[in-house]
Amino acid sequence: MLNWKHKDLLGLEELSKEEIELILETADSFKEISLRPIKKVPTLRGKTVVLFFFEPSTRTRTSFELAAKRLSADTVSISATTSSIVKGETLKDTAKNIEAMKVDIIVMRHSSSGAPHLLAKAVEASVINAGDGCHEHPTQALLDMFTIKEKKGRISGLKVSIIGDIAHSRVARSNIWGLTKLGAEVTVCGPPTLIPQGIEKFPVKVTYDVEEAIRDADVLNILRIQLERQKSNLFPSLREYALNFGIDAEKLKFAKPEVLIMHPGPINRGVEISPEVADGPYSVILEQVTNGLAVRMAVLYLVSQGGK
Amino acid sequence: MVFREKAKILDEEGIKRALLRITHEILEKNKVASELGIVGIRTRGAHLAQRIAKLIDEIERVIIPLGILDITLYRDDLTLLSTQPIVHKTEIDFDITGKKIILVDDVLFTGRTVRCALDALIDFGRPKIIQLAVLIDRGHRELPIRADYVGKNVPTSLKENINVKLKEVDGIDEVVIEEKIDAQLET
Repeated sequence: MLNWKHKDLLGLEELSKEEIELILETADSFKEISLRPIKKVPTLRGKTVVLFFFEPSTRTRTSFELAAKRLSADTVSISATTSSIVKGETLKDTAKNIEAMKVDIIVMRHSSSGAPHLLAKAVEASVINAGDGCHEHPTQALLDMFTIKEKKGRISGLKVSIIGDIAHSRVARSNIWGLTKLGAEVTVCGPPTLIPQGIEKFPVKVTYDVEEAIRDADVLNILRIQLERQKSNLFPSLREYALNFGIDAEKLKFAKPEVLIMHPGPINRGVEISPEVADGPYSVILEQVTNGLAVRMAVLYLVSQGGK
Repeated sequence: MVFREKAKILDEEGIKRALLRITHEILEKNKVASELGIVGIRTRGAHLAQRIAKLIDEIERVIIPLGILDITLYRDDLTLLSTQPIVHKTEIDFDITGKKIILVDDVLFTGRTVRCALDALIDFGRPKIIQLAVLIDRGHRELPIRADYVGKNVPTSLKENINVKLKEVDGIDEVVIEEKIDAQLET
């Protein structure tokens, strides 16, 4: 197997198939640690991980924090509202100051696409992108792929449909890059206003017909409808969205028998996914969360030596 | 680094005899086989552990729980290595607390791998006792660690290397001693 060569993890677009596979296989080895009576290994002892979140997050931040702690690293959390950012300090200056305290890894979420890339160039510490604007959310896509591989035994040759707000979704973009590199066929589906311009540059099929997206799919990855999007008139109402694109038991009748239902969370019950589907037998939503921890441990381990 | 084979220390028959003797010693020392658990250190220690477990089954008709340990996450030299090691799975699916654990590795050298393995094992529970079985003890300990069961003691120099080959991984059962070829002679 090849070795990890990067200081940072910023997105899946720039990774090779082999590098993605290395992360997934490493994650597989880390999964068992969370099942031990003592859920901790000494691997990153003495390293400091900063969680730098400019946007709200429960899952991703907690997951990264636990991942770092289970590897024995020390963690510090910074959120935009309680930091000097509100006093007008620039991102780069804040980061340089944090780095002056000798931290090793910075995990960052930011509302602007490309913010972690800027940071990665500015600091020597490793930077992990935990979601940047509408660009990428690599660890989410990695945990989605890990879950698919675990459940289906492979990724290559599978048909994955991503349904919802594709235009504003970093999860969709990272999934598209990762899944297609590993040989899956990806279809995106949503109302035309939520399919981005330039989608033809991505290696995906586009459909506005949810039935078509469901019919052949081995996996349905259902994205959250960000409630604030309704205000920008991209669709008439949540009710109408739910009727046309919300995945419920009725629409699942078109699905293959062993279809996997995935959702990156947080879910809006009754909007993009109905409760009986979210809690139903095909849903792996909570397993995604469990796997997220293993994937983030693997990523922290791999970048910890700065791609030596 | 390039090595040249210097001598064969054990052949297939030799490995078989050594493992059989180790198995008998384990049973003699511990008496109640049902209290035993066996854990092999990846990669070749795991295969040796599996063979010993099979021998115990053949001799005593007792199937003892078998685990596999990957020590990468416990290494004390992670920051010193030039390439980052690949992490493989640890699979210990039984409760080691209260058990007599036989830890198995192919070669005992500096003792650092065993130190990692002991730390890792203790994170899984509190065994009643941990004993160490190795196919080859080549000396040069850097830590106060010794083996309870040794297949063969082989005095070596630091220029030499012990290469344990097992059918499961290498397609052949043998142990050879190799000598480092001088870097100048190489070129």
